[in-house]
This record gives sequence, structure tokens and C-alpha cells, in this order.
Amino acid sequence: MTIALGKAAQGAASDRPPLRLVLAQRGLDGVTLLALPSVLFILALFVYPFLYGLVLSFEPKTGDWLNNYRHFFAEPFLYKTIWTTLQLAVPATLVNILLSVPVAMRVRLMRHQRLLTTILVLPITLGTVLIAEGLLNYLGPQGWLNRVIMTFGLSSSPLRLVHNYWGVFLSLIISGFPFTFLLTLSYITGIDPSLEQAAATLGANARARFRHIFLPLIAQGLAIAFCLSFVQTFAVFPSAVLLGAPAGPTRVITIAAYQAAFEQYDYSLASAIAMIMGAVQFVIVVAVLAARGLVYRGPAGSAKG
Amino acid sequence: MSAMKRDEPLSARLWTTAIWALVIFFVVNLMAMIATVVVNSLGTRWLGTWLPAGFTTKWYFAAWSEFQLDDVLIVTFQVVGAVVLLSALLGVPAAYALARRDFPGKKLVTLLFLLPLLVPSITFGIPLATVLYQAGLAGSMSGVILANLVPAVPFVILVMIPFVEQVDQRIEAAARVFGAGTLRMFVHVLLPLLAPGVLAALLLVLVRTIAMFELTFFTAGPTSQTLVVALYYAVYAAGVRAGQSIDAMAVVYMVTTLVWLLIALRFVNPTQIVTRAKREHTS
Repeated sequence: MTIALGKAAQGAASDRPPLRLVLAQRGLDGVTLLALPSVLFILALFVYPFLYGLVLSFEPKTGDWLNNYRHFFAEPFLYKTIWTTLQLAVPATLVNILLSVPVAMRVRLMRHQRLLTTILVLPITLGTVLIAEGLLNYLGPQGWLNRVIMTFGLSSSPLRLVHNYWGVFLSLIISGFPFTFLLTLSYITGIDPSLEQAAATLGANARARFRHIFLPLIAQGLAIAFCLSFVQTFAVFPSAVLLGAPAGPTRVITIAAYQAAFEQYDYSLASAIAMIMGAVQFVIVVAVLAARGLVYRGPAGSAKG
Repeated sequence: MSAMKRDEPLSARLWTTAIWALVIFFVVNLMAMIATVVVNSLGTRWLGTWLPAGFTTKWYFAAWSEFQLDDVLIVTFQVVGAVVLLSALLGVPAAYALARRDFPGKKLVTLLFLLPLLVPSITFGIPLATVLYQAGLAGSMSGVILANLVPAVPFVILVMIPFVEQVDQRIEAAARVFGAGTLRMFVHVLLPLLAPGVLAALLLVLVRTIAMFELTFFTAGPTSQTLVVALYYAVYAAGVRAGQSIDAMAVVYMVTTLVWLLIALRFVNPTQIVTRAKREHTS
């Protein structure tokens, strides 16, 4: 009470409330300032490098300001990497999403999901370098997979699965499927189960329940899951080098950027490639999110989000 | 649910079986891939048979001296320790501010913290490494730590926000009424209540930093390589060294990562490793 009176008196005396109070009313006070160090850190080490890279990409070693970009799109060795990367990333992401949805629909009914989710989190935790080394052994001509295939007589000679497209593709499935699956599972378990029960009571079979209840509700989640896992697979690097054929069929865009930066020390060109990489990812993400709008408009109602 | 299951037609049961077959196929291949690495690291000679001719532990000693694993492990723990500590110091206060205050531009700040998690590390890693090289920081431990903090700080913030929101504001108000200053309230009231969340966030950062390849790879010099980068170089130059000793190193890496993963999983749900940041994004 006394505080309020004091403040009122203060306000009357100076006609205007002090700046501190005005700011506090808008949510800016000492507590808000606690976020400042992190904001400054991200501005300095994420936003600034990005802008710096963007400017640097327009300052090529030779030629005018657009020379890096012109060079990239004139040189098949460089511009083809976009196509090579898309050929890996789009099918791998699609396979991961298409496998994740039915599996997540089933696993959501399980009471003990924890064991399965723990096993699936393994490849994410171990990381792409270890997966590459493991698959080199496992998929190799002497590996267990080829042994099993030949024992069952499915093929007379070992399948070539490493140092080519398929090695990288399989590594993207091994590391990408758990990621997409866990994302999809969190979306599907976030849907209110009473919606499905209501549909079942009204006589909808499993297919109709999926088509008319789940699909509209998870469309937004699936679009975001697609974007997140596409962006990750588009940035494939260690497995493309170790498991693929980095000189030819799996020369992905990250390899081109890496070679420009750390083998030719042309940071300007490397920044340009990184910007192109970011732009391609951005275009695909925007396209997917726009397509989602065509499929379903409305609230993606799920309590958990 | 049981009523729904009983009148399942044959096609539904086939469908279920197919899904389980798919899951089992995936898990079996995953386990076999990991087992291959372990078996190879323990084998003497393994050519054209199901299992190696004999078993030995000598590759571990070979790998330990060949790859100077004690140095690499020390660097790894120093980097990871620094990243965990600094990301907590930067991230937890920021999470508190974002959870408690509504201020103009909050959406923008949230987006700022989401971007480093959504953009793949390789895309921002190249410009970041360029800036760090220009500043003379890359190639040293501090460069590696700074680079690794870029995704770690936002991760801590986004994991911590819901934990802070769970703490009832009235508890803080009560502490104030009883005369606790900001520091005392933080140490005696907030920190104990937030401890589970902080622990979970930091363990997840720890696991992610051990496995963070790209950013470390771009910024590390010869004396600041972490385990995962050393493993990459070993696999890259596979012809030079015995495959078994590379696999021995891979097993050392796996054990280092998995120990922390097991500890982390006592406190968090596996889906959180992937989805916590996501959930923040959509809600």
C-alpha cells in the first residue's frame, strides 16, 4: 500500500513515470537482460559469420563481384554437386518419412516404447563418422550382410554396397530413419486418442481413421519433419567421403565447399558454395511448407504440439 | 483398445506383421553394424569367414599408442567440459528470461535461438570457421570450444524454458517476501528446483558435443582434435593402418559416447534428444 502510494506520489511529482517503470511494464527489466549474453553470443558467432560469409562470397579472388557464383554455375564439376546431393537427399528423406509414419502409428499403441526408442537413439548419438566406419565393415564384400545374402543364394557374387551411391544412401537411412521416426512419433502421440476412439465408435475402419483423422492432424508435423530431416541429409558429409565415391557419384555439395575452403583455401568461393547450399535448402523447405498449405488448412490441433 | 484388436481382419494383421518385420530388420542391421566393429576390433585375422580366426585385445594397445588416444581423450573432455559449463552459464539465465518475461521482439529472439539448431552445422560451419581463422582462434582449443557452443547454447535454452515455466512464480515471490535477495533466491530456491532440468540439458549437450563432427573438424588444429575427428582421419587414411586398430578406436569412441548416453537416459526420454527443440518451435 505504502509502496503504491509512494509510486503514485513519485509519478505525480515528475508528471511522467520514470523510464525504468515504462520499460518494466513492457517486459524489459533486469530479468530480461539475462538473455542478453546469449543473444550477443549468437549474434557474434552465428549471425555475423553468416553475413560475413555472404559479403565474402561477393568478393572473389579474381573477377567482378558475381564471379564466384558465375564460376559455380559454369563449372559442371561444381554445379552438378547440387543435383548429386538432391538425388541422395530427396529419396532418403522420402523413404525415412514413408517408413516412419506406419511404424510410429503402430508403436504409439505399445506400452513399453522406451526400449525401442532407446535402441533407435543409438545411431543418432554415435554420429555419422561411426556409422560410416561400421557400414564399411558390415556392407563390405566380406561383411556379414553379403555373407547372409550369399548363404541364402540371393546373389552369386557379393553386392557392391560401399564406395558408391548405395553406401551413402544406406548410411542416410541408418542415421536418418531414427531421427524422422522419433519426430513423427512425438507428433502422433500428441494427438488426442479420444478423436480416434470417436471415429472408431462411429464405424470408421483403420484406413479411414488414418485418412480422415490422423493424416490431416499430422500433415503439418510431417512437413516439418520432412524439412528437418531433408536439411540434415542435404548436408551429408562424413559418410559421403568415407562410404561413397567422393570423386564421382557421391561428390555432394558439402565436399565441394570443404575442398574450396580447406584444400584450395579459397574462403570466398567456399562461402559462395555454403550460401548456395543454404539457398537450396531454403527453397526446398519453403516449397514443402507451401505444399502443406495446399493439403490442409486449419489448426493442427494437438495438445503436445 | 482390446475390442478394436479382436475384430481385426486378416489384412490388418498382415500389415502389423509387416511393420514389425520392418522394425526388426532395421534393428538387427543396426546391431549387426555395431557388432561388426566390436568383433573386428577383437579379432586376430578376419578374412572370408563368419568370425575372426582368433580373439585378442592387442589392437586396443596398438590403437592407444598409434592414435595417442590419451591426448585425444584429454582434449575431448576439456572441450566437452568447457562447452557444457559455458553453455549452462549462458543458456540457463537466458532460458529464465525467456520463460518469465514477455517483451517486444521476443519472437525474433526465439527465432535467433532456433536457427543454429535448424540450419545444419556444415552450412554455418564454413563461414564460422572462416571468421574464426581470421580472428586467429581456429586451430586452437578455444576456437573448437567457441564453434561447439554455437549449437549448444540455443539447445540449453530451448530445453530449459519448459522447466523454468513449471516452477511456480509464487514460490519466488514467497522467497522475496521472506527477504531473499536475487542471488539467495537463485541459489536456494531456483537452482534446487531447476536441477533436474539443468542436469538433463547439460547431459544432452555433453552427448551431442562428443558426437559433433563438422564444427570440430573445421576448427580443430593438430593439438585440438577431439575423438570423433581423430576417428574420421583414421578411417579416411584407412589403408595406412590396420583396420582392427581403427575399429578399436571406434569402440573407445562408442564406449565414451554410450556411457554418457546411458546416464542421460536415466533423466530424459530418448525422444527428447530429437524433439525437445521441435516442440518449442511449434507450440
